[in-house]
Formats: sequence, C-alpha cells, structure tokens
Amino acid sequence: MDNHILEVSNLHVSFKTRNGEVPAVRGVNFSLKKGETLAIVGESGSGKSVTAKSIMQLLPKQNTIIPEGEIRYEGKDLLKFSKKEIQSIRGSDISMVFQDPMTSLNPTMKIGKQIMEGLSRHMNLTKKQARERAKEMLELVGIPNAEARLDAYPHQFSGGMRQRVVIAIALACNPKVLIADEPTTALDVTIQAQILRLMRGLQEKMDTAIILITHDLGVVANMADRVAVMYAGEVVEQGTLDEIFYRPQHPYTLGLLRSMPNLDAPRTEPLIPIPGSPPDPATLGTGCPFAARCPYTMKVCHDHNPDYTAVSGTQAVRCWLQDERTPDEHVPEVIRKGRQTSEIAADQAAIDAAGGVPV
Amino acid sequence: MTHELKEQHTTNAGQDDLLVVSDLKKHFRLNRKTVLKAVDGISFSIKKGETLGLVGESGCGKSTVGRTLTRIYEPTDGEIHFDGLKLKGRLDGKTKKRINRDVQMIFQDPYSSLNPRMTVSEIISEGLVIHNPNMSQKDREKRVHELLQLVGLNKNHAGRYPHEFSGGQRQRIGIARALAVEPKFIVADEPIAALDVSIQAQIVNLLKELQEERGLTYLFIAHDLSMVKYISDRIAVMYLGKIVELATSEELYEKPLHPYTQALLSAIPLPDPEKERTREQIILSGDVPSPTDIPSGCRFRTRCPFAMDSCAAIDPEFREVEPGHSVACHLYDEEIMAKEGKELKTV
Repeated sequence: MDNHILEVSNLHVSFKTRNGEVPAVRGVNFSLKKGETLAIVGESGSGKSVTAKSIMQLLPKQNTIIPEGEIRYEGKDLLKFSKKEIQSIRGSDISMVFQDPMTSLNPTMKIGKQIMEGLSRHMNLTKKQARERAKEMLELVGIPNAEARLDAYPHQFSGGMRQRVVIAIALACNPKVLIADEPTTALDVTIQAQILRLMRGLQEKMDTAIILITHDLGVVANMADRVAVMYAGEVVEQGTLDEIFYRPQHPYTLGLLRSMPNLDAPRTEPLIPIPGSPPDPATLGTGCPFAARCPYTMKVCHDHNPDYTAVSGTQAVRCWLQDERTPDEHVPEVIRKGRQTSEIAADQAAIDAAGGVPV
Repeated sequence: MTHELKEQHTTNAGQDDLLVVSDLKKHFRLNRKTVLKAVDGISFSIKKGETLGLVGESGCGKSTVGRTLTRIYEPTDGEIHFDGLKLKGRLDGKTKKRINRDVQMIFQDPYSSLNPRMTVSEIISEGLVIHNPNMSQKDREKRVHELLQLVGLNKNHAGRYPHEFSGGQRQRIGIARALAVEPKFIVADEPIAALDVSIQAQIVNLLKELQEERGLTYLFIAHDLSMVKYISDRIAVMYLGKIVELATSEELYEKPLHPYTQALLSAIPLPDPEKERTREQIILSGDVPSPTDIPSGCRFRTRCPFAMDSCAAIDPEFREVEPGHSVACHLYDEEIMAKEGKELKTV
C-alpha cells in the first residue's frame, strides 16, 4: 500500500442547486502508483471531471459539498488541508492539464511569464533561473526557438502548441501527479498523437503518475496501465488495461466497447448501441444506475445498488451479475467467458482442487 | 460537355451519379491582401444511395465543402451537377428553391442548431411550410408525428422545446427536420462529434437505416476516422483545401497511398491495447500551414517525411492510380520519380 502516491476512498461530492442537493460523485475509490497511468473513462456527466477537480480542490466552495471521503496524497488527507497548504501542493506536487488550451492560458500574459509564475512560487528560483527553466521546459515539450517564444502571447500559438505550453506549465515544478482532463479532445488526430507521445516520454523521464480523464477508448488503449470506468458518479468497473478491454465484466463497459466500430469488422454488421441515455443525477433511485439501459437487468437491479466485488487481484466491478446468487444461466456468455479466462478461474480451480476449501 | 467533365474529373462517373463536383473552389477574402483558400479546386462524384466520407483535420476545408454544396456559401469557382441540374454561377429562384429542398444538412452541434424558442413541431415543420405551402395544418401535424416516430422519438415530444432534450435526442430532431422535405441528398457535418460514445452508435445506426429505407445519399463529414470507415462506401481525404486521396473505405484503410493518409490512419488510437502496443505510429512533425499561405507545389510537403525537390516545384495531379483509387502524390508518378532518380512507389 505504501507505494500508492494518491488514494481516493469513498469520495462523495454533491452540488447545491435550486432543486436541492445533486450528487455528482457517489463513493469513488481508486489509487495511483508512482509512474503509473490511470485512465478514468465515462460519458459526460459521469463525474470524472468532478473527481479530478476535487483532488485539486478547484470546485467552487459556495455550492460544493463533500460529505464523505478521503483523498490521501502521500498519506495525508488533502480534504483536511487549509487553503494555504493546498496552494503549496497545487501546481507543484499535483498539477493539472485542462481540456481546452484556448481558455486555460491567460491571453494577456506572455507564455514565459505564465510558466515562470509557478516556478517562482514553488521552487524559490530567481527571475533569471526561472526564465532559464521556463526555456528548458519549452524545449522539453518540443517548441522550437524556445528563447524567443517565451515572449510570445498564447494567440500566437496554434492549438497543439498551446497544449504543449499548458503541459510545460503543468510539468515545470516536477509534479508527482499529473491530472490530465481530456488533454487531447480539442486537438486533431495527428496533433493528438504528438501530444500523447510527448506525455508518455515525459512520464518516463520524470516518473510522474498520470490520471488521464477521457471518453476516447483509443486514447485509453494507447496510454493507460489501469482503467476506471465511471457511470453516474460511481466507478462501476476497475482493472488493468487488458482486463477492461478483453475481459470486461460490467455490462456498461461491454456496451461501450461494442458501440465502437471495429476497423477490421465488415461494415454490414450494425453497431450495438447502448439504448437510452445516462440518468439524471438528481433523480437517481436506490437501484443500480445502469439498470434502465442494461440488457441483463434482473429484479434486484432496480431496487438495490450492487456492492463492489473483486473478480481478480486487480479487477473489481459493481454488478449483480457477479453475485453468487445470480443463476449461472442468466450471466451472459461474454461475461462468463471473460471470467473463466481471468485469474479467478485459476483461483477457483485451486479451490476446487483443494476440495472446495479456499486455499 | 457534361459528359466530358465527368470523364475528366471523376473516377467512376456514370449515369447513376447524383452529384458531380468539378474543380470546386471557395475562397474567402479576409482583407485587401489576404485570401483564405478554404477549398481550392476539388472534384468528386457521389452515386445515388452512396455515402461519401470526407475526412481531414480542422481547417482543411471539409465543412466549407458541405456548406458550399448546400448553398450556405456561394462557390467561388467550379461546377456542380446535381440530379440533372447544372449549378454554376448565380442560380435562378426556381433552381435555388429546388436545391434548398433536395439538399439538406445535419449539423454538428445539436445545441446551437435548433432554435431554442421554437417547439419541436415548429422546427420540423418549418421546411414543410415553405416547400409544401398547400399542405393543411392537420396533414402537417401528421407528418411531424410520422417523422418523430421515424427518428425514434414520439408524438408527445412535438410540443416541447429543444432544451428539454438530451444531445442525442436533439440530434434526432435535427435529422427529422432534414428529412421533413424529403431531400435526395444530405450533408452530415460531424453529426456525432458532440455526442457521447454510447449515443454515437445510436445515431449512426439511425442514419444507416434511413439511408436503406429511403435511398438517401450522404456526404458524411468527420474527423473520427473509425466511424467514417463504418458508415462510408468511399472516403475522400482532404488536406489544406484539396482532396489528396479518394478510395473505397476498405481500400483506403488497407492500402493508404498518400503519406498524409498513412499518417492520419496511424495516428488514430485504436481501442485495442494489443494493437496499440505493437503497431508503428507515423508521427507527423509540425502543424498544418495556414490556408492563407499555402506552400508551393504539394501542400503537404512541409510535413511530409518523403518530400523531394519536385514536391516544392510541381503541384501533384490528382489521378487514378488503380481503378477507383485516386491520389495526389509524386511518389506514384513515374515521370517525376524518374526525374528524381528514385524508385517508383508501387501501388
């Protein structure tokens, strides 16, 4: 457990609205190791950005409530930090790359100054040293002619270049955790490939842990070590990259993977969409939030939200299909098949061999 | 003349072409000195009932092509043959009205493309009021209900306002509006880009079903190449205002010829970890040049890993190198490669 640099446990976040409190994040758990990339995937409104922003404490104080939960960074609970303490962490230990490079830079400030801002605040550098470091950072993220570019304004850069600058700012103080919220969504594919390669390269060099928030499963497959799938404010499934893509256990994960066209499949096969649309967080009942769209719903799904069940040492899922009381014939082939090939099968075999007693 | 043009500019021209575009240009004058060449001479044809995918990065002019075909923009130059009509220069009122009816558009952003102060019924029937003025109120209402049903909504939705719907539902309303006047040709400009992954498949399936039922012809504009491959029969790849490659979608993915197409395809991250780990990515350096200042010769040469001297001097011709597969690149031109003293790239 000690090598976990960031641990989020049972995090709840609600917003005060005119119609009462609306839960956006409902009991999220995940952890992050040094140098690892965790992808958080989910649709808009699933609470992935809110989770990220609550780690950075960037949510508006006046209408955000965090009734429960812990966000432990190097063992200390960030939620208990004072404003000053959090400011010393934000931008130096944990930093963030936002989706839109057009709006996350200050248009009236020179690029160099924007990079130097964090440096002089967190690293006690003189102006000259900070400028030198800012230049290095621009070179590191692949901006040619860095010295001269320090005195340019954001509007003089293209979208891809701006996102490089944002990454340079985020990495300037050697953060241990980088939260990237849809870092390439606003960019074209060829530029996206450049930025993703850049992020991977920098991660190797600096051993940064990355939380990558995205809805693009391609980007996930390209970048992540582990994946957490969010739906309606909950992590419904979590596992290693291969587990999530090749042995998905939650019907929602399965649905997401199936609704993407496979480049190798013939075009005549229709896509299998997930019917309906995501639920309104204000009107969630007590049941599983995915029940209304799930093809394998049982009676229990509408009334009770399933617990988080581990299906392997690294994979866990929130679904009634995993419950041992669910009759085997009700569990769809794909999920059963996935389960058999997973480590569980091996575990189960060991148990069977020992005469039904867990070894 | 018509026939000649078809022969000259399109790959599989024939009687069943609904749309033939020859050397279409759309330039925007920004100020006295600068002209933005958004679309700079493109030719293609679309058969009846076919879907042509148009892909490229932002700023390559793909949306401008769609908007020019729907006559939101007047083309600067070039000729369009649509369903027996020759569209060139200013159109007379009658032709314009027919185009406005036969060519419809589905927009990218379902939030800004529906008037928030109109009910769904008003939005859908607006075209009917203009193009079928003799239709009775009651018939019109009936038609709106049919259309709502067709796109997977129901008649109770007719009296509601756009803000009461989710993104996917709004896109369905946009589709119903486009279908209301029974168009022959639909330009879908990134119709799924603003939607969530789980909803995208719903809309793509709907578009495909409607095409089969009604024999619609689509121009499907997108930057998401995996969806484009799925929906399109043929795909045209645009770069800086020109089509650089055009082929059937299978062919384009299996055997991309133009270096830009190759890079574009290799840049799409695939939702398959095994493939992502093993495949070679071609990463292009730099950004797309500004369309106000297009490089000489081949416009891709500034980012092309294979650029030669001839690329700066001569603009490559867009020609068919294999039946149904056209490309604009010197690497496949015998003469130029001989001059460069290099080996011809085999197709």
